[in-house]
Amino acid sequence: MSPPLLGVEEGQSNVSSPAVDCIPETGLGMKEWNYLGVSDFSSVDSSDVMSLSEDNKSNLNLKATELRLGLPGSQSPERVTELRLLSSGKVDEKTLFPLLPSKDGICLSSQKSVVTGNKRGFSDTMDGFSEVKSTMYTEKNWMFHGAGSDSQSPQPPSHGKYSVAQASVKKDGPANAIQDRPCATNGTNLNRTGISNNSSNAPAAKAQVVGWPPVRSFRTKTLATSSKNNDEVDGKPGPTALFVKVCMAGAPYLRKVDLRVYSTYQELSSALEKMFSCFTLGQCGAHGTPGKEILSESKLKDLLHGSEYVITYEDKDGDWMLVGDVPWEMFIETCKRLKIMKSTDAIGLAPRAMEKSKKDCCT
Amino acid sequence: MMNYFPDEVLEHVFDFITCHKDRNSVSLVCKSWHRIERYSRRRVFIGNCYSISPERLIARFPGVKSLTLKGKPHFADFNLVPYDWGGFVYPWIKVLAETGIGLEELRLKRMVVSDESLELLSKSFVNFQSLVLVSCDGFSADGLAAIAANCRFLRELDLQENEVDDHRGHWLSCFPESCTSLVSLNFACLKGEVNLGALERLVSRSPNLKSLRLNRSVPLDTLQKLLMRAPQLVDLGIGSYVHDPLSEASNKLKHAIQRCKSIMSLSGFLEVAPRCMSAIYPICGNLTTLNLSYAPGIHGNKLTKLIQHCRKLQRLWILDCIGDKGLGVVASTCKELQELRVFPSDPFGAGNDAVTEEGLVLVSAGCPKLNSLLYFCQQMTNAALITVAKNCPNFIRFRLCILDPVRPDPVTNQPLDEGFGAIVQSCKQLKRLSLSGLLTDQVFLYIGMYAEQLEMLSIAFAADSDKGMLYVLNGCKKLRKLEIRDCPFGNAALLEDVGKYETMRSLWMSSCEVTLGGCKTVAENMPSLNVEIINESGQTVFNLDEGQKVDKMYLYRTLVGHRKDAPESNQTYLKCRGDLTRSDHHEPSLNDMIKDMKLKNISGDDDFIISESNNFKLQSQLFEKEEAEIMILKWKRL
Repeated sequence: MSPPLLGVEEGQSNVSSPAVDCIPETGLGMKEWNYLGVSDFSSVDSSDVMSLSEDNKSNLNLKATELRLGLPGSQSPERVTELRLLSSGKVDEKTLFPLLPSKDGICLSSQKSVVTGNKRGFSDTMDGFSEVKSTMYTEKNWMFHGAGSDSQSPQPPSHGKYSVAQASVKKDGPANAIQDRPCATNGTNLNRTGISNNSSNAPAAKAQVVGWPPVRSFRTKTLATSSKNNDEVDGKPGPTALFVKVCMAGAPYLRKVDLRVYSTYQELSSALEKMFSCFTLGQCGAHGTPGKEILSESKLKDLLHGSEYVITYEDKDGDWMLVGDVPWEMFIETCKRLKIMKSTDAIGLAPRAMEKSKKDCCT
Repeated sequence: MMNYFPDEVLEHVFDFITCHKDRNSVSLVCKSWHRIERYSRRRVFIGNCYSISPERLIARFPGVKSLTLKGKPHFADFNLVPYDWGGFVYPWIKVLAETGIGLEELRLKRMVVSDESLELLSKSFVNFQSLVLVSCDGFSADGLAAIAANCRFLRELDLQENEVDDHRGHWLSCFPESCTSLVSLNFACLKGEVNLGALERLVSRSPNLKSLRLNRSVPLDTLQKLLMRAPQLVDLGIGSYVHDPLSEASNKLKHAIQRCKSIMSLSGFLEVAPRCMSAIYPICGNLTTLNLSYAPGIHGNKLTKLIQHCRKLQRLWILDCIGDKGLGVVASTCKELQELRVFPSDPFGAGNDAVTEEGLVLVSAGCPKLNSLLYFCQQMTNAALITVAKNCPNFIRFRLCILDPVRPDPVTNQPLDEGFGAIVQSCKQLKRLSLSGLLTDQVFLYIGMYAEQLEMLSIAFAADSDKGMLYVLNGCKKLRKLEIRDCPFGNAALLEDVGKYETMRSLWMSSCEVTLGGCKTVAENMPSLNVEIINESGQTVFNLDEGQKVDKMYLYRTLVGHRKDAPESNQTYLKCRGDLTRSDHHEPSLNDMIKDMKLKNISGDDDFIISESNNFKLQSQLFEKEEAEIMILKWKRL
């Protein structure tokens, strides 16, 4: 069994709940300890740690940080909005709480005291810290995007922190034990080396990890059924809005409508009337062509329901069909675009197009 | 002094102590208190059904009337546990039935409940009154029919989020005409049809009915009739709520709802036409609990308008389609809010409708009594968490789930260590915490330092090294349940202090760095722990090399050794001296237990397991005195 990483010493009087030990009395300048690279089981070997401490001494970053988790007895913590910015290359290893006994500490005593409660800011120590970790970091995005395909070849990312951590804890395992990890196709190998620091990349294909997000499977199944069953009738797009283009003969630009908002053909055609009334009226108003009559709202209705215009749609097969034949549910599933055409053009759609265009476009 | 009181007097005094923890503490004061307490104990809570056997339960508490059992580990909810893992209730019912226990109430969570067990249950306990099943599976409507038919004094049948095979809806008709004792009926989770006429008649003859939760198949006109017959309802779960607001049916419904002046809890709307929400506005003013988390059809203006009527709300469960703006409405309306749960309506999608840190900050600012949170969101910032921690220092449960599991603070690109650190520092009563987002070892340092009351911690995709887990194990003295997935914690962390696991109910680690050798080490050194390993790859555990990582490890303390109903893919290890053979169940001897057990902090535990195991220690100390006064010291600690 490996010796403990942290020895907890009971009875630290000045700290209420010591997760760590050896906290000096207040009143002294508190020593800073490098908590990351100090024990025998550190994930970084000592040479890296030494370089780190040198970096630290030259790159002290004493910006006020947003959180002061002061020890009891120190100043009460004030909370300032977080300002700390990532700066690659700057390695700030100052810690708030000395964590480890002095025997294996690297004392960064030149840093400012902790009595004020300055917290240790997290910088992307990973990046500058060691080659190993920076390798891991650059590979992270790669790993994440390829997470789905990684199930076959997990070797490269394992050079990241997992292998480093492994070096310290593995006793006698085979060198490639990491690759032996069963790669379940359900994505449990989406480990953290691969997906941290991914904020700027919203992955196009989100790798679905088993059990994430942690929602009860009962709830997931029920909601999936609910979404299918619910009828959206109040004008708001449903969970998946169904927008289709609508063009009108002669209109200078097209419109889009969300088919899920409506539940009958009547509603759809009324909406289209309202939408395109401006075109029909505008046409006459703008051009003022003598041959056309000035249209009123009621005349417009006649237009669409009467002799001049019919509503047609292009279905999934690419055919242009007359709106109104099939049940509404079926219609919205197959409709890809809408077109309002003159009934004279629509004659080719069906032998009785003329009569149909005179009726209301509803089932 | 106490020694002058006869037992009956002490028993009467103990009747006033109802909380499990307190009764466990009482039982450890001295021998006579232990004896009196155990004979007078009526309600027993067992957080892990494999930690004790039904025989031991009955031996200790022969008068038990109400039993609560939990089976599968929590992560079973998220499909991380094989379906055949275990958690069968049948053996419990069988033993209870055979020993003539007068069971009246059974509450099960994440257990496998067969129709056979339900039938046995219904026939074995004359006075059986209350069955509550949460997240269980394994039964069908036939089992429910048996309960309905045979439990003559049934008061409560409460089915919450169970996977039920209810191909036949006849079970409601099985309630005999003589059954008039129902107080609570919840079948919202059933998917199939029910006999509506039987339902109406049942409700008509149940004058004490206070809680009624219908499933999706119950249409509006039936709802209206039920409400007319049961205006005394306190808790209503609506099934189907689809109607035309101008119709006669809608008018009748409005009238019926208005008569229900006692409704304080509303849920369901499993099918909903949101135009009609105005019909329920009259009762919204009294609501203290509102659960719309299964009603994706209600969103946007309809949702916010509804919430604006609910000024007394204390508990709100909703979907994230409410949006940050909607949460602002909650913040300005629901000043009494204590518990908020925001579930994802589209967990795997682009999450366009989801909430962000803004909504949470608004709620924290507007609802100072907030103490329980479950929040699924697109993103979270440290600044927001710090603000929330400042606004709401009373959190008892804080569960945050950022849908992208390792997302950092999007504003600063930092991990969320500081934000969660603020939460644990500010919320000194925090008992349950779930973390998400990009997190390093630092957050665990904070947790170990500040989360003194923490009892349950859920970690996923976090930390950099074993240190994270060590901080927690060393620092959180009251930790009972620790569940970890996809973190780089290995044997060093696992083996640092194996005695700690005896003070906890369970530890779950999946997709971590723990190897078979590490698990074996724990098992070999801790006879009071069962170490179970679940391997996905199909290999039996015996064929694994010691250096190989295990997929899933679940270890828990137990007084009854390893279980016999584990599936083949999943082995448990007892103390074994070098060889891997599965030894038969053996009761650890008293001396073994004394040698191996340390009397750690016992006051933080619901289970009577600790008090049961410490019972031996009491005896072993040749505790002579029967009386209470010499145990004053111990009592103070309790």
